[in-house]
Amino acid sequence: MLIRNRIEPPSSEITPEIDYLNRRQFLGVVGSIGAISATGALAEAVLGGLHPVGAQQGDEVTDEEKVTSYNNYYEFGTDKEDPKANSQQFRPRPWSVKIEGMAKKTGDMPLDDFLKPSRVEDRTYRFRCVEAWSAVIPWRGIPLADVIRRADPLPSAKYIELTTLYDPAQMPGQRRATIQWPYIEGLRLDEALNPLAFLATGMYGKTMRNQNGAPLRLVVPWKYGFKNIKAIVKIKFTDRPANTTWMKAAADEYGFYANVNPTVDHPRWSQARERKLGDILRTPTLMFNGYETQVASMYSGMDLRRNF
Amino acid sequence: MTSAVATRVRARPKGPRIGRVLKPVVFVILLAPAVWLVFALVTDRIDGDVVKILEINTGELALRSLMYTLAISPLRQITGWAWLATWRRMLGLFVFFYATMHMLIYFGLDLELRFGEIWTSIVKRPYITIGMLSWLILVPLAITSPNAMAKKLGGVKWKRLHQLTYVVAVTATTHYLWAVKKDTFWPVVYFGLFAVLLGLRAVRWRRGRSLPHAA
Repeated sequence: MLIRNRIEPPSSEITPEIDYLNRRQFLGVVGSIGAISATGALAEAVLGGLHPVGAQQGDEVTDEEKVTSYNNYYEFGTDKEDPKANSQQFRPRPWSVKIEGMAKKTGDMPLDDFLKPSRVEDRTYRFRCVEAWSAVIPWRGIPLADVIRRADPLPSAKYIELTTLYDPAQMPGQRRATIQWPYIEGLRLDEALNPLAFLATGMYGKTMRNQNGAPLRLVVPWKYGFKNIKAIVKIKFTDRPANTTWMKAAADEYGFYANVNPTVDHPRWSQARERKLGDILRTPTLMFNGYETQVASMYSGMDLRRNF
Repeated sequence: MTSAVATRVRARPKGPRIGRVLKPVVFVILLAPAVWLVFALVTDRIDGDVVKILEINTGELALRSLMYTLAISPLRQITGWAWLATWRRMLGLFVFFYATMHMLIYFGLDLELRFGEIWTSIVKRPYITIGMLSWLILVPLAITSPNAMAKKLGGVKWKRLHQLTYVVAVTATTHYLWAVKKDTFWPVVYFGLFAVLLGLRAVRWRRGRSLPHAA
């Protein structure tokens, strides 16, 4: 039975208490990012994150309980309730992240040192699973671009490849060859540098739960959920796109870009509409998950039907 | 010969007390998940992708009921409990019940009765095509399940028609296999279980044919 009784913890205790940045404060933050010129487009980009695009559809932050108990995280099992059930013994600390490949500053780094130079931000993003369910999630973390810049990539670096921890002792799902381990994902370097791309260490104002990818996960809200690799241990700079886990598993169903696109169906279902967690009826899916103004230019001239 | 079988169908035994007493218990056990799903739905106890969860649950319940149905005859032969046969129709109707719920949830709630999408899914997505086929095969079986219909049809024809259940075991499990993303563990388990249940019949059928008194 997939149904679980939801009596504990009572919803009154799990209601998230987040201090959202207000617009004014936020514009201050944007102004302080000197490295990138604070153009209107950038302000809009990050504001788009704070106020999810498509508010006319009644976007509301999804119940924390739903987002933390219905997860795709094969490292802890293939059923949606497996990650929560099987990840409670997982130790997200101590943790280190390795920077590798075509960059000047490579090497292993304790997670705290990896995060320390960046300002922690709260970003509320829409989340769209390739399975056509969706959520709106308040993340906490640092911009991926910060990390990329600090690593100082060589001119030859065109892509990054990210790897999840491989540790079958802690991740029982890895004891079966459901997909190829470890989990690998990738981004084009310009995608990784997009202001929306985010490395999350928390959600709902709290430290990241194990089932959601603790201690460090990627959030690229204009792409399908599986791009958002969890429990990251390695970031590698390369000159070619990674052969990602889901491409290896089913190349006809999951592509490298995996941009949310309502006009390109998955072979087994339509991507035109999505169902928010907890809803019965679907709502229309937006191009690039509603982040079109911030990301579309990166793909101009590309055939998105072929590069799905 | 036809009349002899027909007579047997007509005179299907009500069975001893144990079968009659337990039958309502089995009925409640098999219906309970449906009651729970409706209860969980209306009281907002389903976390996650609600419609998908209903879909998966009813699909699994249909497959499980099908397995129970196909387990009756081998179990009866092994244990000698003839009264098990009196449960078979009820179990079979549960297969139809859950398969119908499953299909209605898919077309009604998942695809929201968008007929274009329903049509596309049936003709373009092989796992839906074979799922739809499985349900269509179940329809005449459900219709001919009352004694009166069996009588009208005649025993041999009825029996032959209801052997389509074996086909459904294969098509429905294939539907399940093609529907899952990557983890094929459970579909393979169902294939294995159905293989055993159908294999037992094949063995018995071959033995029956080779024995002289069966002629």
